[in-house]
Amino acid sequence: MIDLREVCKSFGATRAVDGVSLRIEPGRITALIGASGSGKSTLLRLINRLVECDSGQILLDGQDIRAGPPEALRRRIGYVIQSIGLFPHWTVARNIATVPVLLGWPAAQVAARVDELLTLLGLDPASYRDRYPHQLSGGQQQRVGVARALAARPTLLLMDEPFGALDPLTRQTLQQELARIQQALGSTIVLVTHDIDEALRLGQRLVLLDHGRIVQAGTPADLLARPVSAQVGDFLGRATLGARLLGQRNVAEILRRGEAADGEALRPDQTLQEALAAFLTRRVERLPVVDAQAAPLGAIRFIDLLRDPP
Amino acid sequence: MASHAALPHRRFVRQPVLALLVTALIAVLLGLPFLSVAPNRLVTGQGVPLAAVLEGAWWGLLAPVVLLAAAAWVPPQRALHVTTTVAAVALLVGLVALAGAAAGQSSAQGPALARVSLGGGFWLALLLAWAVVADALPRVGWGRWWQMATHALLLGALALLLAGGALDALSLLKEYAQRQDVFQAALWRHLQIVGTTLVPALLIGVPLGLAAARRPRLAQPLFAVLNLIQTVPSIALFGLLIAPLARLGQAWPGWGLQGIGLLPAVIALTLYALLPIVHGVVSGLQQVPATVIEAATGMGMSPRQRFRQVELPLALPVLLSALRLTTVQLVGLAVVAALIGAGGLGAIIFQGLLSSALDLVLLGVLPVVALALAADAAFRLLTPAGRPP
Repeated sequence: MIDLREVCKSFGATRAVDGVSLRIEPGRITALIGASGSGKSTLLRLINRLVECDSGQILLDGQDIRAGPPEALRRRIGYVIQSIGLFPHWTVARNIATVPVLLGWPAAQVAARVDELLTLLGLDPASYRDRYPHQLSGGQQQRVGVARALAARPTLLLMDEPFGALDPLTRQTLQQELARIQQALGSTIVLVTHDIDEALRLGQRLVLLDHGRIVQAGTPADLLARPVSAQVGDFLGRATLGARLLGQRNVAEILRRGEAADGEALRPDQTLQEALAAFLTRRVERLPVVDAQAAPLGAIRFIDLLRDPP
Repeated sequence: MASHAALPHRRFVRQPVLALLVTALIAVLLGLPFLSVAPNRLVTGQGVPLAAVLEGAWWGLLAPVVLLAAAAWVPPQRALHVTTTVAAVALLVGLVALAGAAAGQSSAQGPALARVSLGGGFWLALLLAWAVVADALPRVGWGRWWQMATHALLLGALALLLAGGALDALSLLKEYAQRQDVFQAALWRHLQIVGTTLVPALLIGVPLGLAAARRPRLAQPLFAVLNLIQTVPSIALFGLLIAPLARLGQAWPGWGLQGIGLLPAVIALTLYALLPIVHGVVSGLQQVPATVIEAATGMGMSPRQRFRQVELPLALPVLLSALRLTTVQLVGLAVVAALIGAGGLGAIIFQGLLSSALDLVLLGVLPVVALALAADAAFRLLTPAGRPP
């Protein structure tokens, strides 16, 4: 768990981070969002001491992060950046092994860990282990970047717009992979993004920053349903607010068991945003729902989209 | 119309560079003396055209010339580049062999003191044929080891001619025969000057470069000074060092300090070598991407680990290339060191200049050129092949 207490950081006359207090819960993805210049990247870099705070205190698992040398702290924290920053003169395997080697792991253990991570990120170890970064596509490079950050089983993963430089399709695939990996490992992740859809898709908790201050923090549904100001509403995308809100809920919530309907079926884990699209494109008021084995479960009604969430 | 010129059927000459080189080659072979014959070594010789020495089987030397001329009209392709390279190498070796043979014949018939020197036509034709090789060879596309192998083959053939005595009748080789000991001593001395200079130049230049890369405030005045040194003519710099070093030598007689000789030469050359070395270190470190450095720091590397594992290996190709340029530059500059009694190949060159014996000058210049080329090739082999960014 990370505990930020009244943290401030100025660059010259600009207050990049202005008295931020924040608790980041373990085992979840917290997304720091905000326009450029809102201080979200600086806030992230304060946590691994790439930037040192002027005042305030940051505790990681109850310990002040300034208690030891910064190198030791950084080796406990995974770090992924938008420009990836793979070492061009090292193979994929050596890149991933960076922190384990710094920590002095035995070679056999490092090699096993590298293969394990390549597999976890969907890259075949035998064919990717010995390649150089320039022989990989942008998406593959960022997969390696994420693997490198996870290598030494860090307690915390910091990600600074990790998928910002990728094409939309690759970005979406990697977002899904990250969500899957986070669930499998139970990692604590702090994600900086200016892409509100990415924040909503990945973040279990959102922290909206502006001019170095926290404007609003809460679950995605909280922010979408109850923005504290018009400005927050604007940032979350007023015009598509409703659709985004439905994107946070799934079909199972409004499922009427036993009811029947005709047409192509939905699955209970699909979002209500997808259900809305199905209602509108097919011009129907009812849609059937089936489980993974295609056995009928029931139906959903268009009118139920207007019901308050439970 | 520009668009018309770009149409393929409009391009009559398919390889303009080759066409230009071959035209120039034919022009110098026809228009300039191939050899020059003089009654003795100090008199300016009479030009001998190529036509006068071409006889019997030597006419076959024209075959590669015709082949090269024809190649300029054929669209570029690998087989053609191979043919071009082979023809140019054959021409190069053939020209040297012909010059040797013709000189042998001429001195066998002529008076004992007569000297046969290489003419302007020979040198320019040699240079142009080599330019054809340099142009065609990389386009074959077989990688740099093949290029190295071809150059080695060419040099091997020339060395074989030299060692076999085929060129002994040339004035250049006669000068060598008379001064074999002096020549060898001068060659070693030259290598010694360059080698000795590289040690302090690296010991001072690399730390200065590292400091300048870290602190941009230091870089500006440092480069101002180093640039200033570079603008001082070498003769002046050598001269400027004589007086203070001589005075130091008098003050501390036991230290072997002298105003002339190896010491001032090494000091002056070190000063010249600092700019390219410092510049190489600074630009080598600066071209390491900032994001890679951020990632290295973010992963938990200490500044020292980051330098040794990331910055240094990524800066090394630029650094080695700077070292290569520096060494080539030093081989040339070391010639001037002969003026303050440091010896080396410069001593032979200046002796030749003072006695108007052009072949003696050549005897000093050719090994300097060969040393520079050899240093260049050696460093290129050392430098890891370029990686796409």
